Amino acid sequence: MAVYKKSYRPYDGGLTSSWTRFLVIPRFAFEDMRKSRFLTIFFLASFIYPLICSLIIYVQHNSSALNLLGVQGANRLISINATFFLNFLGWQSMLALFLASFTGPGQVSPDLANNALALYLARPFSRVEYVLGKMWILIVLMSCMTWVPGLLLFLLQAYLEDGWTWMTANSSLAVGLFFGSWVWIVILALLALALSAWVKWKPAAGALMFGVFFVAAGFGVAVNGVQRTRWGHLFNISALIGSVWVHLFGADPAVNNGGAFFRMPAGEELPLWCCWSALGLLCLACLYMLARKIRGAEVVR
Amino acid sequence: MHPVIELDGLEVRFGSRTILKKLNAKLTGRSIGLLGPNGAGKSTLINTLLGFHKPSSGTARIFGRDVRTQAREVRSLIGYMPENDSFIASMSGVRFVRLMAELAGLPREHALERAHEAFFYVGLGEVRYRELGTYSLGMKQAAKLAQAIAHGPKLLFLDEPTNGLDPPARLRMIALIQEIRERGDLNLILSSHLLRDVEECCDEVLILKDGNIAAFCNLEEERRSNRRFLELETRGGIDGSFVAAIETLGCETAAGAQGRLKLVLPDELEIRQLYQVAAEQNVQIRRLSHKRDSLEDIFLKAMETADGRL
Repeated sequence: MAVYKKSYRPYDGGLTSSWTRFLVIPRFAFEDMRKSRFLTIFFLASFIYPLICSLIIYVQHNSSALNLLGVQGANRLISINATFFLNFLGWQSMLALFLASFTGPGQVSPDLANNALALYLARPFSRVEYVLGKMWILIVLMSCMTWVPGLLLFLLQAYLEDGWTWMTANSSLAVGLFFGSWVWIVILALLALALSAWVKWKPAAGALMFGVFFVAAGFGVAVNGVQRTRWGHLFNISALIGSVWVHLFGADPAVNNGGAFFRMPAGEELPLWCCWSALGLLCLACLYMLARKIRGAEVVR
Repeated sequence: MHPVIELDGLEVRFGSRTILKKLNAKLTGRSIGLLGPNGAGKSTLINTLLGFHKPSSGTARIFGRDVRTQAREVRSLIGYMPENDSFIASMSGVRFVRLMAELAGLPREHALERAHEAFFYVGLGEVRYRELGTYSLGMKQAAKLAQAIAHGPKLLFLDEPTNGLDPPARLRMIALIQEIRERGDLNLILSSHLLRDVEECCDEVLILKDGNIAAFCNLEEERRSNRRFLELETRGGIDGSFVAAIETLGCETAAGAQGRLKLVLPDELEIRQLYQVAAEQNVQIRRLSHKRDSLEDIFLKAMETADGRL
């Protein structure tokens, strides 16, 4: 109908599948994100380290390239093993934390500040779909930064090494990269959305995201110092996830103690089940926070 | 044919407070008004029908579908214009309505087309690319109406649609609602505390008070039945012989306040005949008005009941 007719008419066309409808939210969000030059540059810059890693893997398998550079025998100094991939995951996960802190707070808070949730949920669209749609943005971006390049590096290494034999012998690295990234992504996405739902001012929500990691870790160290215990590390989310990664990578905890920011201090390691439980509790707390805030109508009791 | 809304012992509690108390009603009108003072439970009823609040007992059905067990299906039939500001300030008007239409299930190209149409329809065609945060209050209300109708719902919930509008904007909004009603493609529920809005737009009214149904009436029938009631005022008060002469025409009479005379006219009697009798009796009719049992009367009567229960 031409717009000049200006009359109301009912809709009699087809409808999209209800299962894929939650993807509408990330599509609109990506359109908005593309407008931010800073985020675009940051996202592209996050691929520099994977490129460097791929170069390292290539050079390690290419003696002529080393000869060309005049560093014959340097390949003996480079090892493509659990430590290499743990460091890769650690670095990329750190960048993912920054990305989640920049983009996460802007997901739910504008909808809450403008009372738009009633409009979302007055449609054939559930609260779970809403949260999933908002999480999807972070999941896609962080996946592109962590496990996708990680698995590509793993495949490159397998291709340049013995192919299938190396892959099967080192399958725990792929498992660690994939599931380790997902644990981190889910925690970051839930935390970013939960904080976004409770703190409506975006800069404050972003700062709080860092606070949860750095201030809580400092608090944990203080608890350890005062109480002469190691259980204060339960507040250190990055150290907890580092311990989980070491387990998922099937690495030796004595040698590989997480990567950089994700390192649990030597001799103070917590039992693995404690790490998993603490991370699980954190996720449940985030879900509870979201369930309290993501509602069509506020109930005043 | 299912009623538009069917309330079946619907009770909603928030903690220890009972907000809606065992409501029972069958609403079948094309446009239904929800009236009541602040805190009567109008918004809670709408939110419950939208599935935002869970009934503590009983249920409600919209076009025969249970709002509890078929919430998704029910919401696919509904368009909702909330009372408060609800939008994303940083989005352009047409993009926001398109997002809402896509979430309602429209494919993206249809959603975009209908978002443009809806904006032109509510009179915001020229400002549809402006950010919603820059709209005036009247424009925001119209934009809310646009998002509520863009996906072509079968039932439209309008919660205080004229809130905060100046008189010309209010008239435009009422005209739009009336036009939507006249087209007959959808039913509408209008919640308001403004009697005039409801009277102008609705043909059925449900009056709530303290979470109970205080009154339910069909305004069309009320209007029809009121047409034969008259109130008459003459110069110098009511004359006995004049009353007797009128009664010979078949009218029922009763003395009203301030010397006025109330009449119930027989169907075949025309007003002209009353003037003829007055002329014959040398009585001057000063004022003659249809005594309408207006919505205001109905509302005030409903508010007089102690707990608002019918």
